[in-house]
Amino acid sequence: MISSSDQSRDILTARPPRTGVWPAFVSFGAVIAAQAYAILTSPAEGDMGHLQKIMYVHVPAAWMTFLSFFVVLVFSVRYLWRRRENDDLIAASAAEVGATFNGLTLMLGMIWGRPAWGVWWVWDARLTSTLVLFLIFVGYLALRAFTDDAQQKARWSAAVGAIGALNVPIVYMSVKWWRTLHQPPSSPATLDPRYTMGLRLNAIALLLVMIYFIRRRYEIARLERAVEHMAEAAAMGGQ
Amino acid sequence: MAWRDDWRRVRAIARKDVTTELRAKAGFNSVASLGVTILVLLGLALGPDADALRNAAVGAVWLALLFSGVLAFNRSFQVELESGALEPLLLYPGPRWTIFAGKLLGNLMFLTLMVAIVVVAGVVLFGVRIPADWPPLLGVLALGVVGLVVLGTFYASMASRSRAREVLLPLLLFPMLVPVLLAATTASKALLGADVMHEAGAWIRLLVAYDLVFLTATFIAFEHVIEA
Repeated sequence: MISSSDQSRDILTARPPRTGVWPAFVSFGAVIAAQAYAILTSPAEGDMGHLQKIMYVHVPAAWMTFLSFFVVLVFSVRYLWRRRENDDLIAASAAEVGATFNGLTLMLGMIWGRPAWGVWWVWDARLTSTLVLFLIFVGYLALRAFTDDAQQKARWSAAVGAIGALNVPIVYMSVKWWRTLHQPPSSPATLDPRYTMGLRLNAIALLLVMIYFIRRRYEIARLERAVEHMAEAAAMGGQ
Repeated sequence: MAWRDDWRRVRAIARKDVTTELRAKAGFNSVASLGVTILVLLGLALGPDADALRNAAVGAVWLALLFSGVLAFNRSFQVELESGALEPLLLYPGPRWTIFAGKLLGNLMFLTLMVAIVVVAGVVLFGVRIPADWPPLLGVLALGVVGLVVLGTFYASMASRSRAREVLLPLLLFPMLVPVLLAATTASKALLGADVMHEAGAWIRLLVAYDLVFLTATFIAFEHVIEA
């Protein structure tokens, strides 16, 4: 068990991590390339025509949503177990990025649903549970925003993150029983082979973007924390 | 006999909370009145067609329970904080989970009384026809209330100590309660309609699983959350 002063020294003295510019070029370049490949190679779909191309962002974004919330779960539990400040900051960064991808998934789904189903929103299992997931993590981020003490914030949000993630399968199952309309989720297995490569490439590209975002957000959080610790140390009489 | 000591701690905390509420009464009266008021407002918004009201009754009662219950949970910790009693409570010897269990038990008793009032009001106001085989309905209600109280008490232990407790608790709690709301309302509707589709059983099992999962998870997590 490491005391809080040891932790703050660790954060103060460790050189703030810096991701250079090139990962941004690589990840966004990968997105542009994967999108171009998918759009150029996939034929117009029978029922939906070129509308289907929303899939290349919508579906990978949904995967990244679940992946980043899985990161939240893992690092929340790890924080409660080891009590290292870094784990808390990674979980918080992943939650922000996950909420962003979650919002993107919902927006794109609605834009796709309007012409495909004729309505912006249906109370279907996958849509509803994605929305509930979004609300759970809005609560997580609000809790962080409204808690001042850094350690309290870390402990509370780790508990809320882990318990929230625990609820995801239960929410999904209950909403699924309640109503189902969504087409079976698109995955390489359910898809015409002419579309799968584009989907896979875009998933990899968005994965790179997700890692880049979480990493940058984490670096900012580390810097913010270092500033807080310095201000505290200065207020205590300097070191 | 460690478990017997723990059980005594749990009872002492629950008794203290219930006694405080019984002596003051203002808290209970206002929360229960709010529950009935919400029902009246929902009736006005959805009525006056009697059939429409009867169909909406289960949902209306559950919404009234959620919105008034959320105030009760915050109160149970706020009372401690206002008199600076949480710190001494934490300093007493014994495992921390007994504090959670005691609060849980106190809130459960408080909510049970409130639920009785709100449900009777809902049945009367929305003209619900109670079937002859009514005990399963009570079971669904009880399982739903346990889920509500477990997560409500757990989140209130944090939200009541944050800067924005009035907003934060419902924001954290309500999305988490989606399975409870769906299971309790769907099962109750099925049972009120004689359950021709035999779907109530699956929903009741979901409620039992939900209660067990989150009872376990919150007991484990409370230790981390309550530290000063």
